[in-house]
Amino acid sequence: MINEIFLMNGYGFYVWSAFLFTLLSFVSLYALVKIQYLKERNKFITKFGILDSEKAAIAESQSINKEILSNTTI
Amino acid sequence: MFKYFEPNKIFSITSKAPRYVLILFIIVLSVGLLEALILSPEDYKQSHSVRIMYVHVPAAWISLGIFSTITLLSVMGYIFKIRNFFLISKSLAPSGFVFNIIALVTGSIWGKPTWGTWWAWDARVTSMLILALFYLLYLIAWRIYQSNDKVFKITSIITIIGIINVPIIKYSVDWWNTLHQPASINLISKSSIHTSMLFPLLIMTAAFALFSILIFLMKYNTELIKIKNKGLDRL
Repeated sequence: MINEIFLMNGYGFYVWSAFLFTLLSFVSLYALVKIQYLKERNKFITKFGILDSEKAAIAESQSINKEILSNTTI
Repeated sequence: MFKYFEPNKIFSITSKAPRYVLILFIIVLSVGLLEALILSPEDYKQSHSVRIMYVHVPAAWISLGIFSTITLLSVMGYIFKIRNFFLISKSLAPSGFVFNIIALVTGSIWGKPTWGTWWAWDARVTSMLILALFYLLYLIAWRIYQSNDKVFKITSIITIIGIINVPIIKYSVDWWNTLHQPASINLISKSSIHTSMLFPLLIMTAAFALFSILIFLMKYNTELIKIKNKGLDRL
């Protein structure tokens, strides 16, 4: 049974490499997009942190800014 | 109607959705892999190599679907001057490109045991390669051009020219003598594929669609935060 799943009548190399390539592409794209997301979010948090109180109040009045600071974890 | 597509209004949804989409994607993909690699039967002619179809076909379908959506959104964005449509298109492109590459590479792997070669300049394969080049041009244009007006115009032109290739990909197997077999799945007439193979194919398609939604949401959120970063600089 196990041999049949891995060897697949001699087609195992082709089938497994196609599936592995697909899964590796998924993981790479996910990691790349997540890194970009975290980079931008950290940049936003840093910029927000150095605003003076007046500017911070203006920025906080926008709901989207509050959303970014609060719960945008993936 | 378009005011509902305002980034500020939809960010509260797009920022929370990825975690649920990721969970759903993992569940659907696990079922799909079990069906595709173990439970589905082997083909009487192609034996187990037919299992490559479960990654190759959904990847090709989704890359074509994403390119068509990008074109539609770019054209609508250009006509109605809706900047958010360009942002959505930009966020869809990376997954479309990756699915295109997956379709080409898995097709090449499938070609070796069935056609006896890794690559053939067959009409379907060549037109899919051309689509990948259009995706690449589209992504490069977003990197090169800084001015919004210019990038909106150029990416719209790229998609309008590229969309001509989509029906060519679809009908290439009917218009030319190719190594590719004609379509086994037909929406208007009876499909020639057996349900035992159609079922895993549809599950894998659903999993791939969920993955493209996940990547789209993450990329879209990143783009919105980038805009907000620029907004903070202007304060």
